Amino acid sequence: MTQLDTPGDAGRSGDDRGHGGDLRAAALADPAMLRGLTQARFGRRGLLRFAGLAGGATLLAACGVSGEKKDSAGDDAASFWRDRTKAGTLDFANWPLYMDVGSTDSDHPSLDVFTKKTGIKVTYREVIQDNESFFAQIRPTLAAGKSIGYDLMVLTNGITLSRVMQLGYLAPLDHARLPTFAANASPNVRNPTYDPGNAYTIPWQSGLTGIAYDPAKTGREITSYNDLFDPKFAGKVGMFGDNQDLPNLALLGIGVEPAKSTPDDWKKAAAKLTAQRRDGIVRKYYDQSYIDALAGGDLWISMAWSGDVYQQIATGTNLKFVVPSEGGLLWTDNMCIPKTAPHPVDAISYMDFVYRPEIAGMLTEYINYITPVPTAAEHVPADLAKSTLLFPSADELSRVSRFRVLTTAEETEWNRIFQPVYQS
Amino acid sequence: MRRQAGAAGPYLLVLPGGLWLAVFFVVPMAVMLSVSLQTGNVVDGFTQTFNFRIYADAVTTYETQFIRSLIFGLIATVATILLAYPMAYWIAFHAGRNKSNYLFLVLLPFFVSFVIRTVSWKFLLADDGILLGNLKDAGLLPADFHVLATSFAVVAGLTYNFFPFMLLPIYVALERVDPQLLEAADDLYANRREVFGRVVLPLSMPGVFAGFLLTFVPATADFVNAYVLGGTNTTMIGNIIQTTYLTNADYPLASAVSFILMAVLLIGIFGYARLLGTRDVLEMSAR
Repeated sequence: MTQLDTPGDAGRSGDDRGHGGDLRAAALADPAMLRGLTQARFGRRGLLRFAGLAGGATLLAACGVSGEKKDSAGDDAASFWRDRTKAGTLDFANWPLYMDVGSTDSDHPSLDVFTKKTGIKVTYREVIQDNESFFAQIRPTLAAGKSIGYDLMVLTNGITLSRVMQLGYLAPLDHARLPTFAANASPNVRNPTYDPGNAYTIPWQSGLTGIAYDPAKTGREITSYNDLFDPKFAGKVGMFGDNQDLPNLALLGIGVEPAKSTPDDWKKAAAKLTAQRRDGIVRKYYDQSYIDALAGGDLWISMAWSGDVYQQIATGTNLKFVVPSEGGLLWTDNMCIPKTAPHPVDAISYMDFVYRPEIAGMLTEYINYITPVPTAAEHVPADLAKSTLLFPSADELSRVSRFRVLTTAEETEWNRIFQPVYQS
Repeated sequence: MRRQAGAAGPYLLVLPGGLWLAVFFVVPMAVMLSVSLQTGNVVDGFTQTFNFRIYADAVTTYETQFIRSLIFGLIATVATILLAYPMAYWIAFHAGRNKSNYLFLVLLPFFVSFVIRTVSWKFLLADDGILLGNLKDAGLLPADFHVLATSFAVVAGLTYNFFPFMLLPIYVALERVDPQLLEAADDLYANRREVFGRVVLPLSMPGVFAGFLLTFVPATADFVNAYVLGGTNTTMIGNIIQTTYLTNADYPLASAVSFILMAVLLIGIFGYARLLGTRDVLEMSAR
């Protein structure tokens, strides 16, 4: 009972975003509009907080388990994939509302196309509510070297995904089996900082963190990170209360690229945020609830996720989303294969399959986030293709950065610097 | 029952509950204590280092939130006494046959989840919501007035959410006051104020003390109200524990903060019970 090594880290702000797509929209005439109207939004972080006792159970269960860091980099993709053959079955774990739907909730047209083309039957489960609790759930099984029952899962770049990689739980990808990815993936999602060379993951969907505002209330167009510090908006400014989006955007705001930032930069960024709070400019440090506060008038301007704003605009709310001139953040939900997966060949062929533009288009039409396949725009209705929230312009994408990838030692220092900002 | 069984009887009665406590309270507490004295991280694992300094660090880092939680808890508790006492008094002495109906009405909102109730407040009190929005339109409030995201909102939420924990013990104490005592006081020429001050109030104090305990402890450790209704500078120690534990996965620090909070509350409660007589306070709490 002396050692402990438990997951339960949280972290990714993207955890709470509502994923797009709703079956009712499928049957109706104006999908974008209806999707907005019927969207269920999941406060994933909220759920986690109140269901937080689960973490306590994990703590006990893990009592007596020591760390088991492995050097995944040494894993040889070739040796993993040698002698693996197609099984004809794929078990896929994903987030709610993160797949296109047909006439019924359980009908997923793009999966049907996959089955028709490859003969692989897919068992699709929307079991991931947030990264950290899903990881907490699967971790003991992975640590024991057993199958978790899924061949493919979707995790957001951030602390949990880094941890899964550090612990050596993911199968290295054989890029010879991913030709469509190689041909069609957007340059923005290739070779990301959190997974150099896409060694273990390739993207499912992405989103942007930037600034949303109500132009009628702010009375002017917003362009800069510094607009969040304008005393004119005192008490009407929302910031994210998390340890990823808030610190990373703050680093961009003081002109530092997160990937190259040092602890001194962290302190500088935190000091600016603290001053913003002390001057009464910040109303509150929000989770997913910021979007309701923004739509309801509690906030005039806030840090925001692109997908939420797209959905609000689709319901007729007069909001705007902007990637600040100092830069925004791009986060990505990634497909990855657990090392213990029973059907990895089927999983990797599906990973490649979704990079076909027509399939990516089917997904985008329902999910409303940023597809990793830019040419999918040719396969979606014109109003969606025009939206810069779904297909950001090259200019916007040139201004986005990734979260700082933190070592475990840095993580502690990072948290000790930034937590006092949003938990005052 | 035979004599022998009689001797062992009381212990057998305690056994199920005692085992339950041992397995689900004592063991986790021991684990938490051990965890609080470890150092390390999730990936490399934690090792027992008996790092007692973490307790000092926790106090200095989170001093503000510790003090704020105690103050918020205290204000909310006093507010519940002021609100619950008259109501309990009225139900106990003037509600007649409808006593249980009124009690049911008091409890009715509490059949809805704690979280949902708190989130509903957010909806009601939104800056442009149904209450403030209309008052602002009518020119009764300045346009930038807001309730949410303030300390007031957090304390008000705590007061609301813990109200029945205060009302019920006070009600029970008042309900037990023998009406003949009131008559006797009357016969002895006490006026209504004296009857209340010298008979009813002293007899109901154990209820107030018990309510204080049942309200103050959870209100101080609460994190939902600060999380939902609070803004900047309203973070309570419960929020700190929650983030440190679940988001930062800094288990030693989270455990240390929890133990400090527990120690502060326990010392407070023992002092309180000593002062007022252990029997009254604890027995009333158990009712």
